Amino acid sequence: MTDLVIARDLAIGWTPEAVLIEHASFEVRRGEIFGILGRSAAGKSTLLRMIAGLTEPLAGELVLDLPHDHRPSLGVMFQQGALFGSMTVAENVELPLERWTDLPADAIRAIARAKLRLVGLEAAEQVLPTELSGGMRKRAAIARALALEPPLLLLDEPSSGLDPITSAELDQLIVILARTLGLTVVVVTHELGSIDAILDRCILLDNESRSILAQGTPEELHASAIPRVQHFFHRTPEHV
Amino acid sequence: MPAWQILGRGDRLELVGELRLDDAAAIWSVLRERPTPQTIDVSRVTLIDGTVMALLAELTRGVPAELVGARPEIAELAHLYLGAGPIRPRPPHEAALARLGGASRRLAHSLGDVVRFAGELAAAVVSVARREQTANWRSVPMFIERAGADGLPIVLLLNFLVGFVGAYQSTDQLRQFGANIYVADIIGVSVTRELAPLITAIIVSGRSGAAFAAELGTMRVSEEIDALRTMGIAPVPYLVLPRVVALAVVAPVLTLLGDVAGVLGGLVVGVTSLGLTSRGYLTELRSMVVASDVWTGLVKSAMFGISIALIGCRQGLTTRGAAAGVGHGTTATVVECLFSIVVLDTLCTVVFRGFGL
Repeated sequence: MTDLVIARDLAIGWTPEAVLIEHASFEVRRGEIFGILGRSAAGKSTLLRMIAGLTEPLAGELVLDLPHDHRPSLGVMFQQGALFGSMTVAENVELPLERWTDLPADAIRAIARAKLRLVGLEAAEQVLPTELSGGMRKRAAIARALALEPPLLLLDEPSSGLDPITSAELDQLIVILARTLGLTVVVVTHELGSIDAILDRCILLDNESRSILAQGTPEELHASAIPRVQHFFHRTPEHV
Repeated sequence: MPAWQILGRGDRLELVGELRLDDAAAIWSVLRERPTPQTIDVSRVTLIDGTVMALLAELTRGVPAELVGARPEIAELAHLYLGAGPIRPRPPHEAALARLGGASRRLAHSLGDVVRFAGELAAAVVSVARREQTANWRSVPMFIERAGADGLPIVLLLNFLVGFVGAYQSTDQLRQFGANIYVADIIGVSVTRELAPLITAIIVSGRSGAAFAAELGTMRVSEEIDALRTMGIAPVPYLVLPRVVALAVVAPVLTLLGDVAGVLGGLVVGVTSLGLTSRGYLTELRSMVVASDVWTGLVKSAMFGISIALIGCRQGLTTRGAAAGVGHGTTATVVECLFSIVVLDTLCTVVFRGFGL
């Protein structure tokens, strides 16, 4: 198994004056579901944006071993879905295909329909995103992120704001997609249920020590003797 | 006799009795007159509430003050408000020069944004011309409809009223010299060269410029712009160019129709107040207003349209924060648009006059 994402001595934050995490080094192996964990404002989403190429690392090196294709080779599901409100769900999925392929319109429609079927949304293809529930919006965003068959899928808090059953269904969908499509998935989450259910390995960002506090499998992190890792996994307040 | 006392000397402060919200104002007036304490003795405090503890926290900001003699419940409250260590010091008061420097830095940053946007726009035009990027041309008719057809009634009404008021204001002076017929000249030239392009541009700024800023700003804060980038679709060619093209087309068309409405406003006053006939008014108008009056107005309005679209889109794409950021961007768009319209109008007038137009 080779590494698809390699981070060396990464500084994570918005500006050099506001560094959240320093000297972050980790690898994401090809084909695994990798979690970025941490408390709110620990820099999880910022790190995901760096992997997506939307934000530059403040320092260090971030290498993505992706094919040098003319089209994007990673798909991103943003926290609120970020679907285009003026387009139907199907048109949202069709957009990257229209931009990056020479496929005729009927083929693009068929592919979009298939992607939506993949995430259980075939009945909602002509619906506007505003009419969808939170869980459905996230499914639609995953379908759009998968439109160009990227080897790497980035998911920003897929379970946040969802009821436990919808959240579990989405977790199941992520695992099924990752295993069946051979995807490498990087997930930002702080949902304990999702961590145990879907992650192969993960890192825990800590804004107090401004470092990666722990990394390994969820089982290894559960068993960690580091007090703040214990606080995170047992949902206990650090300062009472 | 108050239920509380503040004793001690120098950097030692002793609190006594019950210190509550009801007495907080009086307590604060005493505390703020004293030097910052190093030690706060609360051994004789029977009750202290959160408000007074917050005042103590403010008083000891930046100083590692020690709380002594605290009973467990007071110690807990103190930990909550004062924390384990000293509270961070207040930021030093910014000197006038530093504030000026900060404002200059922000201005330079904002100018940098403008230059960056101009560069992105130039790159977008080139990449669309080379077919490396796509613009969403399909959306152009929709923008033309929204900015043009939907805005037509208000453009016609306001230009009619401006022509009407302009003519009405001239009636007394013209009557005095028996020059009633020249109302057609005054309205014809002023409407076609200046008033219709300006009034139309102001309406387009308020309707379309603000709408572009709000649309793109909302897309930005809801991460839709980032989503486009991750799909390899550059936002400037995809979102900005269609809007620029739409307003470059719509603004002159609206202005031309505004010319007609303004001239008709003058006609109504000429016929009803100055005793002119419609034929006489229109004959005089044709003899005075030449083609260059009309087309210079149309060229100006095309430039206004382009600048309104660019300002609205730039503000939208650089929106920060949530709803408040969108509101700020929309307001800034209208202000910047009005400013740029007047500046462009001045430049155009000078340049056209230089060419004898």
